Amino acid sequence: MTLARNAGLGIIACVVLLVLCSKLDAYRQYQMAQVAATVVAVAGLTVLIGVSGQLSIGHGAFMFVGGYATALLVLHLNWPLALAIVASAVVAGLAGGVMGVAAARLRGPYLAGATLMLAVALPAVAYQWQGVFGGDQGLDFTVNTPGFLGASFQLTEWQGWVCCICLVIVMVLLANLLRSRIGRSWRALRDNETAAALAGLNVARLRVLAFMLSAACAGVAGSLLAMTMLNVTPGAFTLALSIQLLTAVVLGGLGSLAGAVWGGIILVLVPPFLTDFAASHGFSSASASVPIAGYGLVLIIVMLVFPAGIQGGVRRLLGPVAPAATGPVSAIGRRLARRLEEGSTTDARQEGVDKEGTRWPDTAN
Amino acid sequence: MQEFVEFTLGGVSDGVIYAAIGLSLVLIWRATRVLNYAQGGLAMFTSYIALMVINATGNYWLGFVVALAAGLVIGGVVERVVIRPAAGKPHLNTVIVTIGLLILVEGLAGIIYGSKNRSFPTPYSIVGAKIGSFDLGEGASPSAIFTAVAVLAAAGLLAVLFRYTPVGLRMRASAFSGTVAQLMGVRVGRITTLGWALAGLIGALAGMLVTPQTFLYPNSMDSIFVLGFTAAVIGGLDSPGGAIVGGLILGVLLNYVTGYVGSNLPELAGLALLILVLMFRPSGLFASTATRQV
Repeated sequence: MTLARNAGLGIIACVVLLVLCSKLDAYRQYQMAQVAATVVAVAGLTVLIGVSGQLSIGHGAFMFVGGYATALLVLHLNWPLALAIVASAVVAGLAGGVMGVAAARLRGPYLAGATLMLAVALPAVAYQWQGVFGGDQGLDFTVNTPGFLGASFQLTEWQGWVCCICLVIVMVLLANLLRSRIGRSWRALRDNETAAALAGLNVARLRVLAFMLSAACAGVAGSLLAMTMLNVTPGAFTLALSIQLLTAVVLGGLGSLAGAVWGGIILVLVPPFLTDFAASHGFSSASASVPIAGYGLVLIIVMLVFPAGIQGGVRRLLGPVAPAATGPVSAIGRRLARRLEEGSTTDARQEGVDKEGTRWPDTAN
Repeated sequence: MQEFVEFTLGGVSDGVIYAAIGLSLVLIWRATRVLNYAQGGLAMFTSYIALMVINATGNYWLGFVVALAAGLVIGGVVERVVIRPAAGKPHLNTVIVTIGLLILVEGLAGIIYGSKNRSFPTPYSIVGAKIGSFDLGEGASPSAIFTAVAVLAAAGLLAVLFRYTPVGLRMRASAFSGTVAQLMGVRVGRITTLGWALAGLIGALAGMLVTPQTFLYPNSMDSIFVLGFTAAVIGGLDSPGGAIVGGLILGVLLNYVTGYVGSNLPELAGLALLILVLMFRPSGLFASTATRQV
């Protein structure tokens, strides 16, 4: 039922996006492809953080894996693009599985530290084995528009199409997954791990699965970005990218796929806008720094004023319809669980955390 | 043999820097259960302030004192202005607030000071010591020794503060349980601000000590912060001593890897060490045994 509805919505969204993409000029098509790719990564990360309750500050590393996998497969084995994207997802998912196994026992800042170090360390691979990964210059490869679209079909439009199609597929799959048994299990262990384990859920396996899945999404995103830019360099997958993904997740609205769309759009479109703004208001000498400072300020203000992110604000505007995840049942369960734990882990500061009935991982930091 | 001594001493002198950053993170973690991702950025900013003072007056030590004072003030102000309003909101929001602060501070530094690399003075020579013809390397230079002494002295003073003063007792009580401390009459809010201020001071110290090696630019503390964070995680975020030990282990290991294996690999080695430690001790080496729930 849900599958049919989501698939139908997906097809409609796909048609709209492709038509929109055809109407735009080349630069906007390029931006659209970038937004789509970024949203894929942010959506995967929002599932990991907001639904399964594990924090990662290192998802740029999995984009790195996906991007290089695509470049190598296309460059050396001449794999068709669709196959290369799927393979990149698999490779990045496996990498995420390894990290997930290592991370399954880690909580809060310890998990943050491990993933942060991953994001810093992995690009070093490209420098160490220059023969394979091309060092600082990275790898260049080419993508051709398929023959049936005609010779006059622009490459940027084709790239935009591929990114949008992949985005829709990923979103439909994720939306279904979140409504499935697995999605419910993730929410259960996010809200109370002890209770979830007592209810018979295999906590470690679920956590690793979430890591694999979100790494696979990041792999697809990296693959799409590589295909859009037609090259991969270690400089494209810095720690800054990983941190930006995290900020996009929270700005958009944690745990919400719609929020991931907001986050991706902000991430790609706001910095150039701020640069133009700075340049036109006489900040030209420092124009590179103005959008950075502006973004930081926006992050702080949004977090203090709209703690549930953009999608949370939208939801509040649209009325009191509670989404499935924060139904009364889960609220009662949480209250019961808190009463059980009282005395052992209560802390004046943490007590306030859930007052608004929001659904946030209390392990995150 | 000469290489080994050189790498070890170099590792120790790098390690105390990571230890200092780690220590500042531990102070904040104990006070508020928040990880301050802006710690490195704030240290970068206080180093810029110090450089301005040094350039204006020609006196290194005046700049040094001003930087530490600025760190103290900025740390406290940050807690009051952006961290406290985020208390009671979802936990991840505080994380994003500190990341936003980091981005803001780096952007401001770029706007005010420009993004070009600036060299930074040291109070003492950075030429390595020699015993006869035996070269000890830069890790044994007067500057490196000053670095180690400064960090260890700061750590020692903090230990004395925590253990033997009424303020330290209040800080430990607040870290142990905010509610209980409050009920016993401790003004937990002020103690929390003090914790952030002290962390700002230690961070500023680390910035002053490391910046001569990295040059000064808006992102100059990023990689140092990551390694300091790693040091704190290895040691256990609740343990100040753990941050010191973690920093030293990390510094020495990275220097061995750079020296003996390859200059591209220290980050990967750091990752391997971190994963290895956390696999056996998920809350760091010196964590008090946590209650396991599942």
